[in-house]
Amino acid sequence: MSDGDEPAVTGEEVRNVADLARVDLNDEEVETFAEQFEAVLADFETLDEVPEIESEPDLVNVMRADEVEAGLTQEEALSNASETEDGYFKGPRVS
Amino acid sequence: MAEFNAYITKARIDGADDGPLAGKTVAVKDNISTEGVETTCGSKMLEGYVPPYDATVVERLKAAGATINGKANMDEFGMGTTTETSHFGATLNPADTDRVPGGSSGGSAAAVAAGEADLALGSDTGGSVRAPAAFCGVVGIKPTYGLVSRYGLVAYANSLEQIGPIAQTVEEAAGLLDVIAGSDPRDATTVEAGDDSNYAAAADGDVEGMTIGVPEELLDGADEGVVETFWDAIEDLEAQGAEYVEVSMPSVEKAVAAYYVIAMSEASSNLARFDGTRYGLNAVEAGDYDDLSEAGNWNEAFATAREEGFGPEVKRRILLGTFALSAGYHDRYYGKAQDARAWIKQDFDESLQAADVLASPTMPVPPFELGEGLEDPRTMYLADANTVPVNLADLPAISVPAGEADGLPVGLQFIGPKYGEETIVRAASALE
Repeated sequence: MSDGDEPAVTGEEVRNVADLARVDLNDEEVETFAEQFEAVLADFETLDEVPEIESEPDLVNVMRADEVEAGLTQEEALSNASETEDGYFKGPRVS
Repeated sequence: MAEFNAYITKARIDGADDGPLAGKTVAVKDNISTEGVETTCGSKMLEGYVPPYDATVVERLKAAGATINGKANMDEFGMGTTTETSHFGATLNPADTDRVPGGSSGGSAAAVAAGEADLALGSDTGGSVRAPAAFCGVVGIKPTYGLVSRYGLVAYANSLEQIGPIAQTVEEAAGLLDVIAGSDPRDATTVEAGDDSNYAAAADGDVEGMTIGVPEELLDGADEGVVETFWDAIEDLEAQGAEYVEVSMPSVEKAVAAYYVIAMSEASSNLARFDGTRYGLNAVEAGDYDDLSEAGNWNEAFATAREEGFGPEVKRRILLGTFALSAGYHDRYYGKAQDARAWIKQDFDESLQAADVLASPTMPVPPFELGEGLEDPRTMYLADANTVPVNLADLPAISVPAGEADGLPVGLQFIGPKYGEETIVRAASALE
C-alpha cells in the first residue's frame, strides 16, 4: 500500500486494517490476506483511468413527520441477546 | 431432501387461504427475515438468530397465499459467486452435482431447479440472483433499484441490492415479482413504479420489431461454448422478428473494480453491527470464556466475536472495504469508484437509446467445479463481469436459460431501462 505502481501489502498493514475493523486474525490469515490484497488492490488502482463524469444523484432526501408507531417489545428486542441484565443489553466493559 | 443442500432450515410457513400464490411453495433466501424462523445469512455469526419480525417481501408472500417451505442456502452474507462460502456447507448444482450452483443465492436457484420449491426469492447485489439462475438453468430477475422493499433484508451493500424472484419460467418469475414489487413506507428508497404491476402479462414472447443491443465488451474473454450458445439465441430472436445491433460500452471494463470497492466499503460499514451484543455470536461463546468480564474490553471482545463468527470471504471484504474508506485512500478508491459508477450509468443510458434491451451471456463461463475458485478470490470476482454493471446502474435485468454448452446450462441476460421490467420479461419469454 505504498505509493508505487504495484501496491505491496505488508502483514503490518493488514493487521492495522483488521484492528480498525475489530476483527482478530491469526498469523496464517494475515499472510494469506496480504498476498491476496495485493492483487485486488492492483485492480482497484485501475480506477485511476476513469474520466470525471458530471452526474446528478437520483435520490433526494424525503422528509416526513415523526409518527409514533408500535415497534418491538422490550422482550422481543432482547430475545436474541446472549447477555442481558434488568431488561438491558449487556456489553463488555468499555476500557 | 438434503440431496443438494439447498436449504439451511426447512420450515413450513403458511400464507393466506387464497391469492395469486395459493398452493405454491417458495424457498426464501436465508438473509431475508422470517418471524420466528431462524435466519442465518449462511454465517456462524447468526446461527440461532430468530428474527422477531417479517421482511416486507415475506409479508407479501404470505398475503398472496404462498407457503414458504424453508430458508435457502447462500454464500455467507451474500459474499460469493458459488454458495461455497456458506457456513452450512456448499449447495450442489442439480444440473451437475460436481459443479457449484452459482451464488450467492445458490440454494434458492437449486431448490427451484430440483423441484424442491415452485418458486424462490434471492437477493442480487452484484449478480447473486442471475448467476445461480444461469448456472442452474432457471429464470432469475434483478429488479430496478427501489422496485422491491429491502425492509427485513439483512444488508450487505444497500446502494446496490434488490430482492428478486427465481422460477422455472419467465411468466412465473414475473408473477412473483408482481407480488413482491411496490412501495413500502419502511424502505424510503422504494418507488411507486411497481405498485399495480402486471409483469406476468408481458411474458407473451412478442419480440417483433424489438431492437436488441449487444455490448461487445461483455463478450470479450467469455468461454467459447457460452458465446456460441449466446449467438444461437440471438439468431433465434432475429428469426422471431427482433433486430440486433452492436453497441459499445467502454466503461464496463471498470465495473468489477468499481463494484468491489463500493460493495466492500458498504459491507465494512453494514457488518459493523455484528458485535455479539444484541444478536449473533457473543465473545463469551466465541472465546470460550466463563463470563463476559473475562472477554476483555469492548474492542477486544468484539474482535474475538468477529474473528470466530465471520468466514474468510467476509473478513476479506470487511478489511478491503475498511481500507478503501480509510484516511488517505478514500478519494483514490471510493471516490474513483463513484465516478466509474456514474460513467457506467451514462453508457447504459446511451446504449438503451439505441436499443430496447441489451443482451449478454449472464456468466462468461460455465458453472465452476466445486472447490475450483476458493483459493483465488480474484478469479471469482472477475466472473461477475457481466452482472455487476447492472447493479451499478440501478437497472433491471433477467437471466433466462439459453441452451447448453458442454451439457451445462447457459444463461442469457437481458438488461432493460429503469422500470423496464416488462420489456426484459417480454424478450426473455421469446427464448422459452
